[in-house]
Amino acid sequence: MASAQLNEGSWHLLMLLDQAPGLHALSDALSDLVEAGHPIVVGTADLKYSNGLVRFQETHPDRFVQFGISEQNMISAAAGMAAAGLQPYIATFASFMALLGCEQVRTDVAYTGLPVRLIGHHTGITLGFYGTSHHATEDLAIMRSLAGLDVVAPADGLALGAAIRAYADHPGPVYFRIGRGRDPDVYSAGYVHERGGSVTHGRGGDLTILATGSMVHPSLEARELLDAQGVSAGVVDLHTVKPIDVEAIRRAADESPLLMTVEEHNVIGGLGGAVAEVLATDGSGVPLHRHGIRDEYSLIGPPTHLYRHYRLDGPGIAAEAAARLAQEG
Amino acid sequence: MTTTTPAPSPAEVERINERARFIRLETVRLISIAKTGHFASTFSCAELMAALYYGVLRLRHGEPDWPDRDRFLLGKGHVAVGLYPLLADWGFLDKDVLDEYTRLGNPLGDHPDMRKVPGVDFSSGSLGHNLSVGLGMAMATRYTGRDYRVFVLLGDGELHEGQNWEAALAAAHHRVGNLIAIVDRNHYCLDGEVDDVNGIGPLADKWRSFGWEALTIDGHDSAVVLSTLRELRDRRDDAAPAVVIAETVKGKGVSFMESEVGWHLGYLDSVDESRVLAELRGA
Repeated sequence: MASAQLNEGSWHLLMLLDQAPGLHALSDALSDLVEAGHPIVVGTADLKYSNGLVRFQETHPDRFVQFGISEQNMISAAAGMAAAGLQPYIATFASFMALLGCEQVRTDVAYTGLPVRLIGHHTGITLGFYGTSHHATEDLAIMRSLAGLDVVAPADGLALGAAIRAYADHPGPVYFRIGRGRDPDVYSAGYVHERGGSVTHGRGGDLTILATGSMVHPSLEARELLDAQGVSAGVVDLHTVKPIDVEAIRRAADESPLLMTVEEHNVIGGLGGAVAEVLATDGSGVPLHRHGIRDEYSLIGPPTHLYRHYRLDGPGIAAEAAARLAQEG
Repeated sequence: MTTTTPAPSPAEVERINERARFIRLETVRLISIAKTGHFASTFSCAELMAALYYGVLRLRHGEPDWPDRDRFLLGKGHVAVGLYPLLADWGFLDKDVLDEYTRLGNPLGDHPDMRKVPGVDFSSGSLGHNLSVGLGMAMATRYTGRDYRVFVLLGDGELHEGQNWEAALAAAHHRVGNLIAIVDRNHYCLDGEVDDVNGIGPLADKWRSFGWEALTIDGHDSAVVLSTLRELRDRRDDAAPAVVIAETVKGKGVSFMESEVGWHLGYLDSVDESRVLAELRGA
């Protein structure tokens, strides 16, 4: 019987990875750190093809540790490595990092203040039809409530690389929240990550959209769609959910009569919650529309279909903004 | 295991017994300040901790952060009360700090905290984490070039936590020979006998099947404890990880605490405290 000829692109994990350039940025930034002499060790829990760290393993096999499907062990072991003077970077699906490993992150990493870097990838609903077990729409809320832990959600691969480099010498722990490495480019060469900062993409006379991570690009698309309808929308990339850029939020509240947060996350406790805390503490009268997953578990579906369904693509965000503006009158 | 380490002398053994008595007496003294504490769990591992701190671990007096020190992790963090006097004795913290054990703002709580207590190599309290932490510390020597061993003292009830077995798999897989676990096999957890609550036997076979070298010893025989742990300390690094299952008696040294379920955690009134001290001093 003749063996079937399969299209390698349909199953070969390394070839699939080529569709995720944002993950190349992860491995490349980590390789740069090794070459710059940082005492880093990179670990994963049987997901080196999913997070692209196989690319790092190929260049620096001596700095790569495969923990197998044992996320809790990986997190605590990384804390032990950090206590012994290393800078461990460990990666797994955001759902497993934040939910399965929550207590290990809290007690062994955040409380100890050790320089462990947690990389939660395929966050939000980007794993589409894998379902709720693989979705992470709670990780921002969990991670930002852990004292001592920075929470960073870069908008694209370039921003991820910049954030990793910017945090190279940070003495405490960091959670990097990233997607599946397929985010369209938002930034170009020369972009610099500023801890606790943000990036303002234009001012909005009618509203300012405050977005994080994977939602920055579609928010910029929405801005163009709104502009075509005569609506003036600014966009602020709040790439750091903790410590959040309070001044940028205040500026947006001063400039716009409406603020709208956009996140691939439950509208409770994440970016929307963080911005609401700032506005309420200030006694700001500016209304805030929190857009995201509305305290529910996502449907099954291909990622792009889910983004459309939950109005988390460009047209959806624009429609959401227009509807709220209409309500505001 | 090839034996290259000389057998401990009678004087060394007597020293460990004396230090174990010191741990028990200090435990009673400190818990009398807190009013409640884990007497029995501490008493079961007194010889183990005494042997480690006075005959096994490579430490430098007054230098809790010496990079090449052997690491000691207290998986069963609730016996920190027995560890603190040893850390003070090693000059890692001021002895006066002991006198305010658990009082408002004192660094010494029921569970050891590396951010607050010099000489605590890693915090604990939530059971099941520290074998993983020890694995990471032991693997770190491959990158840092440091030469140390990592000893992790686990409770037998603690082995109910699944994370231990994740760490056990990984330590054997990565051949982390500088990692040494010690199980304080005192047979009791809070709700009763460990093997009635959730059976963990056959314990040595379990560890062996995970790829560990496993030894079972009498955890109150200081000579055996000392020689076993020393031999493991002196092994070559590329061996399999090792576990010592130390058969112990919960509450060891105090007749009414020994193997009484209720004595996992307790309080002594002044009459009982006098009885306990008399028994310990006479021991």
